[in-house]
Amino acid sequence: MSVLIIADHDLGKLSPATARIVHAVAELGPIDVLVVGENAQNVASDAAQLAGVQKVLVAETASTTDTDLAVIETLAQSYRYVVQSAGSVGRDRMPALAARLDLMPVTDIVEILGPNRFVRPIYAGNALQTITDNQPRHILTVRASAFRAAAGGNAAPIETIESPTSSVARLIATHRTESDTPDLSTAQIVVGGGIALGSAENFQLIERLAKKLNAAIGATRAAVDAGYAPNDWQVGQTGKIIAPDLYIAIGISGALQHLAGIQGAKKIVAINSDPEAPLVKLADAALIGDLFEIIPQLIDELDKTGTP
Amino acid sequence: MKILVAIKRVVDHNVRIRVRPDGSGVETQGVRMSMNPFCKHAVEAAVQLGEAGHGDEIVVVSIGPKAANDVILTALAMGAHRGMLIETDADLETLAIAKLLAKVVAEENPDIVLLGKQAVDDDSNHVGQMLAALTNRPQATFASEIKVVGPGLEVTREIDSGRETIAIPLPAIVTADLRLNTPRNAALPMVMKARSKPLAVRPVAEFGVDLTPRLTIEKISPPPERVAGKTVGSVPELAAFIAGEVSQMEAL
Repeated sequence: MSVLIIADHDLGKLSPATARIVHAVAELGPIDVLVVGENAQNVASDAAQLAGVQKVLVAETASTTDTDLAVIETLAQSYRYVVQSAGSVGRDRMPALAARLDLMPVTDIVEILGPNRFVRPIYAGNALQTITDNQPRHILTVRASAFRAAAGGNAAPIETIESPTSSVARLIATHRTESDTPDLSTAQIVVGGGIALGSAENFQLIERLAKKLNAAIGATRAAVDAGYAPNDWQVGQTGKIIAPDLYIAIGISGALQHLAGIQGAKKIVAINSDPEAPLVKLADAALIGDLFEIIPQLIDELDKTGTP
Repeated sequence: MKILVAIKRVVDHNVRIRVRPDGSGVETQGVRMSMNPFCKHAVEAAVQLGEAGHGDEIVVVSIGPKAANDVILTALAMGAHRGMLIETDADLETLAIAKLLAKVVAEENPDIVLLGKQAVDDDSNHVGQMLAALTNRPQATFASEIKVVGPGLEVTREIDSGRETIAIPLPAIVTADLRLNTPRNAALPMVMKARSKPLAVRPVAEFGVDLTPRLTIEKISPPPERVAGKTVGSVPELAAFIAGEVSQMEAL
């Protein structure tokens, strides 16, 4: 037994990030996946399909930090690596797990160079740290956006394990964004909007273009702070890190904080009134002009070309 | 209630950093330093809890070189009552920092420990969670709202699917996200007053924590540079570029 991946899931579905983590760590050893939380059985059958998974472990419990950690800590003893995506759950659990095991974790990994050599960004992605981890066991979080997804078609066995029932923390309420757009962290195309949109109503222009391209929607910190977009759309150093094939940045000048979140984008399109905006200078294709005129025209034009 | 806030001095977040050509690290000599922005949100949260009658004493601790006194003074000017510098010139790993803070928690026995969710230099996002594990206290990370309700806290957290509100008992560890509040700029009289507030400087060795690094940093390198961009002249050209990219994408 070698690698234990903690699955990310939401509303009874496996998050797309987990397939990428499975693929990312495939070289490190045989992989077991742990699904801990509510509706864990449904999630487990999704996880069992991922190529490279040897076994899926299921612990059905109310998912809070302490119940998750209790399950993971017991299991961790028998694995050389414990890995989770660097999403909000992994970021919450893995450093705590590491401290309980008296290990130093390596987090936000964007490249795996060998069994104990990893690359992670620092200073909002403006520098990269190459690390050797000579500890006997490794606690890792991996940026899903930096890796491709594992294939499907597997049918790994599913095993139910004991889970604790009591937690000191109690979930009172969830406030989620109702949206049928693709998952932001793993989307192939992302359309992002900035403060230049001017209002939540105008931000719907971004949503229209995103819908047209079957893209996820991103926003800058300023746009989220101004109430134009929900917090879980924020892209940047403190929001989500994305690495789509195509990022379309609309009315976004390109603050360092935001650029940190999009460095992995393969191609960048910018629509901006300011030819000197940092994002315009980075873009593979930039169009200078008024976004309120350009976006409707662009949607019409894409309709004409039959895209996608 | 007693509140402990742990803060870090980092390269100012507006500075465009430079990676040393020899790969040994990021240049910090002659660069403007300031309090990590997330730590400022943590200090502000503590001061606001105090103003609402929930914080009789706010203690601020920082771990770092002598110069980190600056950020402690900033926190004292914002309204904290007492400061502590754990002095070291070494670059400590987050696990060592958390162990030192656990010693401070054992000494001070605060009801709430507030920290920034991450420092913008190493972007680790570890210390609050580690401290919770080491002190066996509940954690509420990435907080965008903190309310004292009965004998515990209700904390709204920023998570991947939106936000969630959890209730945790005290004593507890909370890490601050950026929408928690707007940190105040201390007025000049407060800055003057801060200099007369108690600030203890204690050598790191006093705490008896093994600070040996667990990881080896082989090198620090700059990220790959992007090829400079191109401008297109019209909407149809832009649409053609997007259509071309979309048609090349691998189906997932």
